Amino acid sequence: MRSLFDRNTWQEIYGSISKNKTRTIITVIGVLWGIFIYIALSGAAKGLDNGFEKVFQTVSMNSMFVWGQSTSMPYDGFKNGRQMQLKLDNVTTIKNRIPEVQYIAPRINLGNFGSEPVLTVRGQKSGTYSINGDYPVYTKIATKGIFDGGRFINDEDIRQARKICVIGERNLKELFEEDENPIGAYIRIGDIYFQVVGVHKIATGVSFDSDSSIFIPFSTFRKLYNSGENVGYLCIAAYDDADVVQVETDIKALLKKIHRVDPKDERAFGSFNLGEAFSKVMGFAQGLTFLSLVVGVATILAGVIGIGNILLISVKERTKELGVRRALGATPREVRSQIIVESVFLTMIAGVMGIILGAGVLALINSLTQDIDMPYSNPTVPIPYVLGALAIMVIMGTLIGLIPAQRAVSIRPIDALREE
Amino acid sequence: MIEIKDLHKSYKMGSNSLHVLKGINFTVDEGELVAIMGSSGSGKSTLLNILGMLDVADSGEYNLDNVPIKNMNETKAAQYRNKFLGFVFQSFNLINYKTALENVALPLYYQRVGRKERQEKALKYLDQVGLKEWAEHLPNELSGGQKQRVAIARAMAAEPKVLLADEPTGALDSTTSYEVMDLIQKINDQGNTILIVTHEQDIANMCKRIVHLKDGVIIEDKKIKQVRAQQYV
Repeated sequence: MRSLFDRNTWQEIYGSISKNKTRTIITVIGVLWGIFIYIALSGAAKGLDNGFEKVFQTVSMNSMFVWGQSTSMPYDGFKNGRQMQLKLDNVTTIKNRIPEVQYIAPRINLGNFGSEPVLTVRGQKSGTYSINGDYPVYTKIATKGIFDGGRFINDEDIRQARKICVIGERNLKELFEEDENPIGAYIRIGDIYFQVVGVHKIATGVSFDSDSSIFIPFSTFRKLYNSGENVGYLCIAAYDDADVVQVETDIKALLKKIHRVDPKDERAFGSFNLGEAFSKVMGFAQGLTFLSLVVGVATILAGVIGIGNILLISVKERTKELGVRRALGATPREVRSQIIVESVFLTMIAGVMGIILGAGVLALINSLTQDIDMPYSNPTVPIPYVLGALAIMVIMGTLIGLIPAQRAVSIRPIDALREE
Repeated sequence: MIEIKDLHKSYKMGSNSLHVLKGINFTVDEGELVAIMGSSGSGKSTLLNILGMLDVADSGEYNLDNVPIKNMNETKAAQYRNKFLGFVFQSFNLINYKTALENVALPLYYQRVGRKERQEKALKYLDQVGLKEWAEHLPNELSGGQKQRVAIARAMAAEPKVLLADEPTGALDSTTSYEVMDLIQKINDQGNTILIVTHEQDIANMCKRIVHLKDGVIIEDKKIKQVRAQQYV
């Protein structure tokens, strides 16, 4: 190859590809379309991936919920239809027996699952909200953003059963004046006054709580509503490397043992495995990314093959010209490299245009999905993917170019000139 | 300049082979203007192709400027063609998407001559064939005679030792033919060695020597008194 930086080389290439503009454009469109599909698809898939990631970011991805239902089988002398009630000491048992469990937060509440929400009053304003009795560990499973100046429930609150609460943004709006600092203010929940210690932010994406959930210490709830050792449900987070499905089975088996339920009874305890749901969703997104990769690469390949095909025809058409060039002293190597460089050049031009177009479409998708309630955000294609695609194109362009190039030099100049 | 000894060439046509050149011997000195004549199938084009290193002889010797031409690979042949030979074809064989100037500059490109120098040289040769004003025109904007003159300029641009012309006037009317021959004679007057394959007697008469081929052998090789083409133009 004489030199890729030689102006003459490029003039030769420009000359031969501008000879048939329509054909060149159609050829270029083939690869352009390929890389465009690749960029747009993998970017869109990445957007979905990011979207899901964002939805789940406020929640521990390996978490699940377990609650008591009623038994469906008689066992150990009990009749069926026995109501199951989770107890506080179950928490310790689970934590001790199942090492995969990282955090476990018992919760109890009013206002959800059929129970009446509680009337909450401040001065002339009031509303009915759901009240949750919580432990500080709850925030390890479901992140709670707290506005500046406030805090979530802490261990001391639990120990002393303090009458403090963390309110939501809607509570704040409905119970307080605008610009009023709620921290330190008192609100009446049911018949008892609570001091507000924090305001939690609305979580974007998946959340177990609404913007009007009020959190109070579990111990306070217990005293207030006389719930004793009862627990509404358990929020459990397993370690990142744990098999969440297995952990879920283990926990339920353990609970059945503690509560003397038939091990085969599937109805006694209900559960929802967020980790499993999450991995399904993420698996879907990853599958989509992979699919788009495969489709994109295949489309690029098809485009590059198209270029090879066109160059083959072009070589055939230019047999005579190539013969003349060789009569004038072009070595086979020069002829070959010219055609390969043509192939790579066309591929690259098409590729770069495709990338720009793809990026444009992704930007458009991004701006269109900005305010949409959909798990979709920031559709991007990682730079290594783009570079990879370009590398594939250069390699493929060279390989494909070899075929017509070889064809071009295999024709002897005498035969080329004889051809009319 | 050119020395050929006992040159043989045959083509395979399916199962039988066609013996085209059956022992050609001849020499060409520097500055000669030789016409190779013969009816079609006499082997004159094959001879020219072998001389032009576009084709390879089966046996025999070929020395060009005291360099033996044998066992050449394509790369070597290409370099030799570029250095020693200029080609003029019957159908001009200009590259149709290149301007006259670019066409003339093409052999210089393969000689690795820099762009500027290439342009200057090409323009000089175009001027010599009287087509300086047509430098920026594409071949399809030129007449047949003009195209052949561009082709001659292209063949001359590389400053070859021998100019090989295969029926240079075959596609031209007689007036234009004489114009082209006039040009060829003038180039020959400057001392260039030129070989012309033709089957037209009047074209051959404008050369200095006529070699007559028939059925693959030279049947006649004579020096003649050159007819100047100038008088017909």
